[in-house]
Amino acid sequence: MLEIKNLHARIGDNEILKGLDLTIPLGEVHAIMGPNGSGKSTLSYVLSGKPDYEVTEGSATFDGQDILALAPEERAAAGVFLAFQYPIEIPGVANMTFLRAAMNAQRKTRGEEEISTPDFLKLVRAKAPDLGITQDMLRRGVNVGFSGGEKKRNEILQMALLQPRLCILDETDSGLDIDALKVVAQGVNALRSPDRAMLVITHYQRLLDHIVPDVVHVMHKGRIVRSGGAELALELEESGYAAYGQNAA
Amino acid sequence: MPAVQETVERVRALDVDQYKYGFVTDIESEKAPKGLSEDTIRYISAKKNEPEWMLDWRLQAYRRWLTMPEPTWARVSYPKIDFQDYYYYSAPKAAPKSIDEINPEILKTYEKLGIPLRERDALLGIESSGGSRVAVDAVFDSVSVATTFKAELAKAGVIFMPISEAIREHPDLVKAYLGSVVPVSDNFYATLNSAVFSDGSFVYIPKGVRCPMELSTYFRINERNTGQFERTLIIADEGAYVSYLEGCTAPQRDENQLHAAVVELVAMKDAEIKYSTVQNWYPGDKDGKGGIYNFVTKRGDCRGDNSKISWTQVETGSAITWKYPSCILRGDNSQGEFYSIAISNGYQQVDSGTKMIHLGKNTSSRIISKGIAAGHSENTYRGLVSAHRKATGARNFTNCDSLLIGDRCGAHTVPYMEAKNASAQFEHEATTSKISEDQLFYCLQRGLSQEEAVALIVNGFVRDVLQQLPMEFAVEAQKLIAVSLEGSVG
Ligand SMILES: Nc1ncnc2c1ncn2[C@@H]1O[C@H](COP(=O)(O)OP(=O)(O)OP(=O)(O)O)[C@@H](O)[C@H]1O
Ligand SMILES: [Mg+2]
Repeated sequence: MLEIKNLHARIGDNEILKGLDLTIPLGEVHAIMGPNGSGKSTLSYVLSGKPDYEVTEGSATFDGQDILALAPEERAAAGVFLAFQYPIEIPGVANMTFLRAAMNAQRKTRGEEEISTPDFLKLVRAKAPDLGITQDMLRRGVNVGFSGGEKKRNEILQMALLQPRLCILDETDSGLDIDALKVVAQGVNALRSPDRAMLVITHYQRLLDHIVPDVVHVMHKGRIVRSGGAELALELEESGYAAYGQNAA
Repeated sequence: MPAVQETVERVRALDVDQYKYGFVTDIESEKAPKGLSEDTIRYISAKKNEPEWMLDWRLQAYRRWLTMPEPTWARVSYPKIDFQDYYYYSAPKAAPKSIDEINPEILKTYEKLGIPLRERDALLGIESSGGSRVAVDAVFDSVSVATTFKAELAKAGVIFMPISEAIREHPDLVKAYLGSVVPVSDNFYATLNSAVFSDGSFVYIPKGVRCPMELSTYFRINERNTGQFERTLIIADEGAYVSYLEGCTAPQRDENQLHAAVVELVAMKDAEIKYSTVQNWYPGDKDGKGGIYNFVTKRGDCRGDNSKISWTQVETGSAITWKYPSCILRGDNSQGEFYSIAISNGYQQVDSGTKMIHLGKNTSSRIISKGIAAGHSENTYRGLVSAHRKATGARNFTNCDSLLIGDRCGAHTVPYMEAKNASAQFEHEATTSKISEDQLFYCLQRGLSQEEAVALIVNGFVRDVLQQLPMEFAVEAQKLIAVSLEGSVG
């Protein structure tokens, strides 16, 4: 279970999270919606340990463990995964090499053995085609020359291989065409499981047609201001965030 | 602390005690008296049983050297070198006649360095990992202590032996080619080398022969205050091919040690020479104390038409590196290549690059240089591309990329271009970048540690060049890159 209590975080002098509370039990998918700049990406960065973000108050635990006390790579090994809003390019490092390095690094941190080459290849072959990741994309540099949609699908491939226990998806739907949206949604749904919690950040109801959330939260100015069922997303699609004192962006 | 900042702190705290080749081999050695004089040169020449002509050649070089000023144009700084404070010759006592006679301590040294000297081990060790075999010449301080696979190479007509032996056994070949690419008076350090060089490798590949295995030389400086002045001469006769690898290490010492090598390559018509270096001399400690001064002259002469010379270097060691492996593209349609990875950390200073001198028609050259600077280091690429009046159709492509880790280091690119005929086409690309916070965080989020992340990103940055190395060396180089950028985190 992810439990966030009264979380305050700042970057420089700018306080962005201002007392955020959020609980996601294992097995559930929660969506966060909210206007631009409300702090959604910030929340994902704070949970995954991006430097420069300073937590000034509050707590965040996952299965009782204080994740804010861990180094970013330790959080990853503990099962925290962030599908980035803007995935990063690493020229010259083959996607395959990166995937394997990541898997092995996490295994090492957990005191497990490295994955063997055949096992690794088997895994990749089992997951990549469903996500429309081609051999060529596996050989190319990480995200280098990938289209916006390809980058997002590549994030989901990483998630599928690393099998994290807390999945945070930051606008994974943005930039996806209709077919890719379905592919990504299928990838995410395949990972839904009783011992996994998911946090899906999105602006659009259409993603939630495919990944039906257990709970929808509205984030505004660094706090969760409203929570409801899947129908809340539909309502927001109708009325926007005007009720929260926000003009259309 | 921001991730990059933290990495920088760690790298800064780099304790070069990590230099894992820094051990000293405890053996008795025989040294020339300290300092440099005509007597020193006579001593060296006598030790090597050299013919008179060789001694004369050396003495001429020495007299010339006395008149030459030390060069100061490179972007490196160091206290004045006292050339009288070095030993110019040091050899393990009792020179071995066969591998079985080698002092076991020396064999152990090479074993520790991962270099198998016994042919049987070489066969087992290297064949199992990469599939190809490598013949090794091992130079310990001033002498070659062992050369493997000699007999098998001889069958193919390939000569691969210490140059000191070649001077005695193949004087005509040596006389014909020694100094023909790097003239005795070429530059201060090359001239010094010509006077006092003690050993190195000699390679001759006869006409039409493709050398049946990779050749390699491992240089090791062991003795304190000893300069190493090796001389390598490689000749690929018409239609011949050879791939040659060079590796170097030295113990950790507080004093600076001098290494001034000369390498000459000659490629005749249709011949090809591929020369790869993994240079890992002791770089000095974290405060910049000690380390090797690496002042090296390497030059290849594409003497015949359609010949090709390719230099690949991975430079991670030395306190100061001053090195410009170059190609003289004399033959028509000849090709020169220079692929370089130069990593500097701590207080290392690197001034390295290449010269591509286009003399023949339709000659082409390609330069790919990747400089990585961390810590307080300074890393300069210095390159010259020139086309002679008669070099119609000359083409060059240069790509120089620098990567900075932290903000106390510097990367500089100094390209010179001279085209004396209108048909020359020179293309130059250069970039300077930093490892970004975002790249690092992306890696950390996937579970990599800071160091793994930096090593991965740097390995990606240098990939184009790594691909040029023979398999076994590429793997070694990749590890070396990780180690040389490692902080002191356990
Ligand atoms: N490095 C930074 N320095 C200063 N302010 C920042 C920095 N990064 C983000 N912010 C500010 O923090 C606020 C929240 O940004 P965040 O990216 O978390 O919003 P978001 O909810 O993800 O928005 P969007 O829907 O546009 O992705 C914004 O006002 C943004 O300008
Ligand atoms: Mg965002």
